[in-house]
Amino acid sequence: MIADLDKAFESRVRIGIMAVLVVNPWVDHARLRELLDVTDGNLASHLLALEKLAYVEVRKRFVGRKPNTAYKSTTVGKRAFQAHLDALEQLLKRDLRP
Amino acid sequence: MVGQDHRPEEGNALQELARIRGIMDRSQRFLSLSGLSGVAAGVVALATACAAHWWLGNLGADRDNQYAPLLDPLDPGHLLWGRATTLILLGTTAAVLAVAGAWWFTRRNALRQGHALWDAASKRLFIHMTIPLFAGGAFCIALLALGLPALVAPATLVFYGLALINASKFTLDEVLWLGMSQLVLGLFAMFFPGHGLLCWALGFGVLHLGYGTFMYLRHERR
Repeated sequence: MIADLDKAFESRVRIGIMAVLVVNPWVDHARLRELLDVTDGNLASHLLALEKLAYVEVRKRFVGRKPNTAYKSTTVGKRAFQAHLDALEQLLKRDLRP
Repeated sequence: MVGQDHRPEEGNALQELARIRGIMDRSQRFLSLSGLSGVAAGVVALATACAAHWWLGNLGADRDNQYAPLLDPLDPGHLLWGRATTLILLGTTAAVLAVAGAWWFTRRNALRQGHALWDAASKRLFIHMTIPLFAGGAFCIALLALGLPALVAPATLVFYGLALINASKFTLDEVLWLGMSQLVLGLFAMFFPGHGLLCWALGFGVLHLGYGTFMYLRHERR
């Protein structure tokens, strides 16, 4: 059962990122940092890992004069996250069985 | 930071799911709503209520039937639209000023926190807030058309309360209590139609001031 848990989601930060992105389209870096309570560098490295897996999509643009980087989950990423949640649920069901 | 990471083993699958749920819920809320928005709305509402009271008094409103000047003395079921329009314009101006104030203070608050003002969360909040408000607006026009101006002020409180209760799922939790208070006050006011304007001033004026000041002191002052 543990095998079903996605290796990409071994990190709490990455699970958190996906949790935010599956329910919100285009969330920017500052908001993710605040929601997950992590440092900029830590967040950036996990986002890069998710981007490499094609779980998230990146959009860079300017809001006023400030650069703004926002992220969105891809269909692949959403499926992977859903599968991970299902695996967690399975773990839970097995635990509850006497 | 690697120390934070872990494999979700059996024991903490439940904790992990709870944490994910918490993040999903929090991420869908718009939390930059400024308390000063409430203060601004309260000030506008008190000024508007005073103006309306003064205007109705000049037209010969008495204590028991504040809205008598709006009705045709020969046919009390018939609204004098010319006079009612002045009150409608006054109310609309107040709403525009209050929304402008709310927008300005909330924008300032969002920029300070480094957020975009118009994102998915604020759009969701806006939509869930405006649907009951549009229904309320149409209902108030019907009340006027049927010659029942005394029920307009209580109805605005009721629909505004419902709008806040609906919107509270997408913003700060305290908005629920503001909504409940407005709703209860509106329901109470419906049975004392002569005091509609007073209740309106209490709801849109005093409750907003109280809520706004509380929220500002609690979340924003630094």
